[in-house]
Amino acid sequence: MKTAKKTCLGSYCLGIESSADDFGVGVSTFDGEILANKSDSYIPLEGGIHPREAARHHAEVADKVLGEALLKAGVKPRELSVIAFSQGPGLGPSLRTGATVARALASYLNIPLVGVNHSVAHIEIGKLKTGASDPVTLYASGGNTMVTAFDSGRYRVFGETLDIALGNCLDVFGRSTGLKGRKGLPVGAAIEQLALKGTKLVSLPYVVKGMDLSLSGLLTAATVALQKGVCRLEDVCYSLQENAFSMVTEVTERALAHTEKKEVLLTGGVAANKRLQSMLAIIAKEHDAKFNVVPLEFATDNGAMIAWTGVLAFRHGLVTPVDESFVKLRWRVDKVDVPWIQSIR
Amino acid sequence: MDTIDKIDEKTLFKKGAEASLYLADWHERKVIIKVRIPKKYRPEALDVQIRSYRTVHEPQLMHEAKVAGVATPLIYMVNVPQAAIIMEYVEGQQIKQLLNAAGKHERQGLCVRIGESTARLHQNGLIHGDLTTSNMILNPEGKLFFVDFGLGEKNIELEAQGVDLHLLKRALQSTHYQFWEECFQSVLCGYTSILGIEKAEKVYEKIREIERRGRYVEERRQ
Repeated sequence: MKTAKKTCLGSYCLGIESSADDFGVGVSTFDGEILANKSDSYIPLEGGIHPREAARHHAEVADKVLGEALLKAGVKPRELSVIAFSQGPGLGPSLRTGATVARALASYLNIPLVGVNHSVAHIEIGKLKTGASDPVTLYASGGNTMVTAFDSGRYRVFGETLDIALGNCLDVFGRSTGLKGRKGLPVGAAIEQLALKGTKLVSLPYVVKGMDLSLSGLLTAATVALQKGVCRLEDVCYSLQENAFSMVTEVTERALAHTEKKEVLLTGGVAANKRLQSMLAIIAKEHDAKFNVVPLEFATDNGAMIAWTGVLAFRHGLVTPVDESFVKLRWRVDKVDVPWIQSIR
Repeated sequence: MDTIDKIDEKTLFKKGAEASLYLADWHERKVIIKVRIPKKYRPEALDVQIRSYRTVHEPQLMHEAKVAGVATPLIYMVNVPQAAIIMEYVEGQQIKQLLNAAGKHERQGLCVRIGESTARLHQNGLIHGDLTTSNMILNPEGKLFFVDFGLGEKNIELEAQGVDLHLLKRALQSTHYQFWEECFQSVLCGYTSILGIEKAEKVYEKIREIERRGRYVEERRQ
C-alpha cells in the first residue's frame, strides 16, 4: 500500500459497468475516493431484460453517461490513468457494449485497460464503503446469489443458488402478478412494500441443500399459491420473502460458523431489502460478527465498483491487453486471483 | 422419563450454525445432546416447522444408515418439542483435520472409504444432505462414522444422489482445495466399487448436468 500513496495524486481510474440492464460509469482515485458514479438503466416495456435491447440502450447512452461522470468528477479524459471495465459475468451483448467503449477509450488515450470481474467488484465496493476487511459476503442480485469469503488468494464460494438468483426469483414472481418496475421502484421494492402488509405465512418450500440452496421450486409454488385464488397477494409476498431470505440467511450463517470470520457483508441489488438486512444482522450478532450493508447507490450494478476494483488490480500490476479483453459471460468469482488482499490471518 | 431441561451451558461442546452440541454424562454413558436452536431471523411458525422436521428425520435416517452398513452414532432419546436428540459420543478425529494432515496414500484410502459409505447410503435410498469432511469421524478403531444427518432425506432419485455427491465435491473444493481433485477421484473410485460402473456413471453424468445448471459455468449451454 506504500506505492499507492506516492501515486495517488492525479491518478484516476474510470470504470465501466454494463453487465445487465445498467450502464454505469464511475471515477475513483487511486486511494479509493469515488469522485463520480453515474448510470442509466434500461427499463423493458414488458418482461425481463432483453439482452439485445439492453445492449442497444447502453450504446445509446454511453457518451451521455461518460460525459456526466467526467463532469461530476471534474476530471478531463487526459488526466485518467487507467480504464477498467466489467469483463463478466453477465449478458453477452451488454458486456460487449461496455467492453467496446472501454477499449476505444483506452486506445485513444493510450492508457492501460483492466478487465474486472463483476462479482469481485461488488464485494470490493462493499468493503470500501463499509470498512469491512475480511467478511463473509452474501452477494444477492438479479443474476447472482452466492456466499463468499476470502481464503488463500481468492474469494471462495461457500454456498450459492443451484438454479435462479434471489433477485430473479422476486422479479419473476412480481411480474407474474402484474407488478411493474419503474425508475426508483424496482419490482423487488414493490414486493417488499406489499410483504409489510402480509400477516399469514403461506406454506412454501424451504430448500437448503447443505451450503447451497434452490429457489426455482419456491418461485413456482408462490406463483401457484396466488393463482389458486385463496391467498392474498400481500401474504404470498410476505411468505415468499420470509422463505427465500431465511434460506440465504441460513446458508450465510453456515459459512460464518465454518470460516469463523468476524464480519458479514451484504451486497448486490437485493441488499436494499430491509427485511433481508434485519435477518443477516441477527445472525451476525449471534456470531459476534459486525454486520455491514453496502449503501444503496453502490448496491445495484454501478461503475464506481468497477473503477475501484480496477484500481486494486492495476496497483498490483494487473492489466488486460486488448487482445485478451474479450468478455467472459460465465466468469466465476472463484476463478479470479485477488493478489491485492494480503494473506489475512 | 428423562427430559432435557437441565442442560449445563458449561458442557457446550460445539456450537454449530444450526444446533448446539453438549457433551454430557447420561446414565453412565458419554453422550452428545444435540439441540436445534430457535432461529430468531425466521418467523416462529416456519422455524418450529423446520426444526421439528429435522429433529424427527435425523434419527430415522441415522438408523437406516446403520442398516445400510454406514456407521452412525447410536440414538438414545429424541425430544421433538425441545428439538433435542441424545446420542452416542463418538471418540475420534474429524476427517477434515485428518485429510489435511495425512500423507497421500492415507488420504486416498480415507477418500475411497468415504466414497464407499456414500454409495451404501445411496444404494439404500438415503441422502445425507450435508456431506462435508466436518461431518465424518474416524474412531480409534479405524471405523468411519457419518454424523449430522440433519439435512438428509429418503430419496431414490438420481437427482438427489447427484446433488449429494456434488455437495461433497464442493466441500472438498472449498476446504481441501490443495488436493481436492485427487481426493474426489478417490471418492469416485470407492463410490463406483460399491454401486457398479453402470449406476455410478449415471450419477456422474447427473453431477455434470447439475454443474451445467449452475450460474456461469464455462460449459453450460442453453
